[in-house]
Amino acid sequence: MTAEPVTTEHVTTEPTLRSSLHGMVADWSSDQRSFKGASWGKAMMWIFLVSDTFVFSCFLISYMTVRMSTTVEWPHPSEIFALEIGGKKIPLILIAIMTFDLITSSGTMAMAVNFAYARERRKAAILMLVTAFFGAAFVGMQAFEWTKLIHEGVRPWGNPFGAAQFGSSFFMITGFHGFHVSIGVIFLLIVARAVWRGDYDVGRRGFFTSRKGRYEIVEIMGLYWHFVDLVWVFIFAFFYLW
Amino acid sequence: MGLHLRILLSVVTSPTGELMTATTENTTHSHAPVAQAAQPAAQAHGQQHPIKLYLLVWGLLFFLSACSYLVDYFDFQGYLRWFLIVLFMLLKAGLIVAVFMHMAWERLALVVAILAPPMAVLVLMAMMAWEGDYTNYLRVIFFGA
Repeated sequence: MTAEPVTTEHVTTEPTLRSSLHGMVADWSSDQRSFKGASWGKAMMWIFLVSDTFVFSCFLISYMTVRMSTTVEWPHPSEIFALEIGGKKIPLILIAIMTFDLITSSGTMAMAVNFAYARERRKAAILMLVTAFFGAAFVGMQAFEWTKLIHEGVRPWGNPFGAAQFGSSFFMITGFHGFHVSIGVIFLLIVARAVWRGDYDVGRRGFFTSRKGRYEIVEIMGLYWHFVDLVWVFIFAFFYLW
Repeated sequence: MGLHLRILLSVVTSPTGELMTATTENTTHSHAPVAQAAQPAAQAHGQQHPIKLYLLVWGLLFFLSACSYLVDYFDFQGYLRWFLIVLFMLLKAGLIVAVFMHMAWERLALVVAILAPPMAVLVLMAMMAWEGDYTNYLRVIFFGA
């Protein structure tokens, strides 16, 4: 029932959008905005994420370059990131746990977006808090990992296991990723608070932007969070498994 | 990777269309009077998809991560290792971008604008692989390492 008036309004105010390649050409040549159907907020988040993709790509490519060019043997991540659990050494287990942790947080974030659009704000806020918790746990495990490696003598300029470039690549890549996760946790907490209070229902203005928010903010926040998970997929594959 | 994503998008889109209509119908029937009373201007658009789909993708991501972990656990080496690592990585990335980030439901103009530019990175990657290989060669020759 609610959907009907909105959809009819949609049809009358906006011309029908064509799909596929024809639609793309029409969108780009339409003497208006190109990203039809996407708000400026979402489009800008996507464009930011593209720029961030280039940053992480440069890190991973520079890691590839130093790893290929060194004549010293590269340290084995499988052994370095092994943990002793119950007297048995399990390879790469901490990284595996971190991976599952981040995927779980991505799942709860996706559901939070769903509940936000359904206007079930308590559920959305709780799911965002769960996401933030998993994010914080991830950063905690990373801190543990850094501490362990620093105690074992890994430094940006050298380490006891092999090629000196291992340390600088490791600290730079995981450090920058961990920084992204930390910022994400802070933003999650801010948006979760706004959702919990119902700021987007009553049109309360944000403390920073002094503008009224919409529930789409949850989705935009989600884009950032999933991107952090996405970057980890590549780091996991190239740095830890390769 | 671009081609791979396109294929994946088309694969995930078709079953989702059906799922999505099913749930919208359900919710409109059961909550319609309440929702209308509370928020008459409730957003009908926006990226809202069934939770079931998210749980499915979540499960798949868990499974694929477990697979890539097992590649290391069983200590596969050589081309098999590279192939499996890259395969699982691209499948995971595709699922996250297509479903969690809703790329499968965005218009092609946005999809291409976002996914095409990062492909330029592959060129840089090829160039730096060449460069790294050359540096390594020089080091072996001149430093006898």
